[in-house]
Amino acid sequence: MKSLASRLLPMPMHSVLLLVSWLILNNSVSPGHIVLGAFLAFTIPLLVSGLHTPQPGIRRYGLAVRYALMVMYDIVVANIEVALKIVGPLKNLQPALIAVPMDITNDLLLTVLASTISLTPGTVSAELSEDRKWLYVHVLNLEDEEALIRQIKQRYEKKLREMFEC
Amino acid sequence: MLTWAITIATGMVCIALLLNLWRLYLGPDVPDRILTLDTMYINSMAMIILFGIFLKSSLMFEAALLIAMLGFVGTAALCKYLLRGDIIE
Amino acid sequence: MNFYVELFVSILLVTGAGFVLIGSVGLIRLPDFYTRLHAPTKATTLGMGCLLIASMVLISFTKGAPSVHELLITLFLFITAPVTAHMLAKTALHYELGFTEKTKGKELAEKARERVSPADDA
Repeated sequence: MKSLASRLLPMPMHSVLLLVSWLILNNSVSPGHIVLGAFLAFTIPLLVSGLHTPQPGIRRYGLAVRYALMVMYDIVVANIEVALKIVGPLKNLQPALIAVPMDITNDLLLTVLASTISLTPGTVSAELSEDRKWLYVHVLNLEDEEALIRQIKQRYEKKLREMFEC
Repeated sequence: MLTWAITIATGMVCIALLLNLWRLYLGPDVPDRILTLDTMYINSMAMIILFGIFLKSSLMFEAALLIAMLGFVGTAALCKYLLRGDIIE
Repeated sequence: MNFYVELFVSILLVTGAGFVLIGSVGLIRLPDFYTRLHAPTKATTLGMGCLLIASMVLISFTKGAPSVHELLITLFLFITAPVTAHMLAKTALHYELGFTEKTKGKELAEKARERVSPADDA
C-alpha cells in the first residue's frame, strides 16, 4: 500500500517542472496563473502516472549543473569549429564512422549520452548495437580516433555515471 | 543600428531559406529532403522571431513555439515511416 | 533605449543569422548525407539560441519587465535537435545511403545496420 502523499503526487519533480514551465510559458507570476499552473501540475501527473517507468534519479545536482554548463561550453566552441570547416576548403575534411564502446546500459543514461554526443557539433550518434555495448558515431572531421573515444568516455560518460551514481 | 541589424539578419535568413529550397530540389534521396524540411522549419522560426523583434512584440512567440513542436513531430513521424513503413508501431 | 543593449542585441542577431546561413551553406556544399546532417542540426541550434536570447533581452528592455518565455523554445530545440539528428542518421543507415569516397570505416555501416557489435562476423 502506497502512502497517501505518493498516491496524490506520484511524480513530484514532474509537478514542479510543469508548474515552472506553465509560469514561463505565460511569462507571469500572477496569483491566477499560479493557481491554474498548480491545478495542472497536480492533475496531469495523476492522469499519466500509469505510463511512468521508474528511472534512476539524479543523485548529485551540483554535478548535473556543472555537466550542463560544460556541455553548453563545448557546444559553443565546437559549433564555431564546425562553422569554420563548412566554409573552409572541403578537401581537408575526413568524415568517418566509428564504433564507441559503452559501459552504461541504462536507457536514460544512454539517451542522455547519445544526445550529448549529437549536440556537440562534429559528431552524430547514428545507431546503438542490440546488446547496448557499442554506439556507432558519425564524425565530420576525424583527427584521432583514440583521442575522440577517450574524450567521449572521460569527459561525458564518466561524469554521467558519477551524476546518477550507477 | 538595431533596424540595420534586423535587416541584415533577415536577409541572411532569406538566403538560407533559398539555399534550403535548392537542396530540396536537388534531393537526391528522401532522407535528404526530410533533413532539408527540418532545417527549413527551424529557419522559418528564425524568420518569425526576427519579425517579432522588428515589431517589438512577443505575440510571434506562440507561432514559433507551435512550429517548433509540429516540426519536430513531423520529422519524427516521417523518419519512423521510412524506417518501419508505419508511423504507429 | 540604452546604446549598449542595442549593440549587444545587434551583435547577437547578426551572429545568430550568420550561424543559420552557415548551416544552410553546409547543406548545399557538403558531399554526402551524413556530413550534411552535421551542418544544419548544429549550426541552427546555436543560431536559434543567439536569436532567442536577443529577442529575450530586447523585449525585456522595451517592456521593462523580464520576458523569459523564449527560454522554452531554446530548451525545446536543444532537447529535440539531437533526437531528430539521431533519427535521421538511423533512417539514412537503414536506407543504405552511400558515403563519400574518403569516409573512414565505411564497412562499419553494415554492422550498424544489423545492430551488432563491430567484432561480430555476421
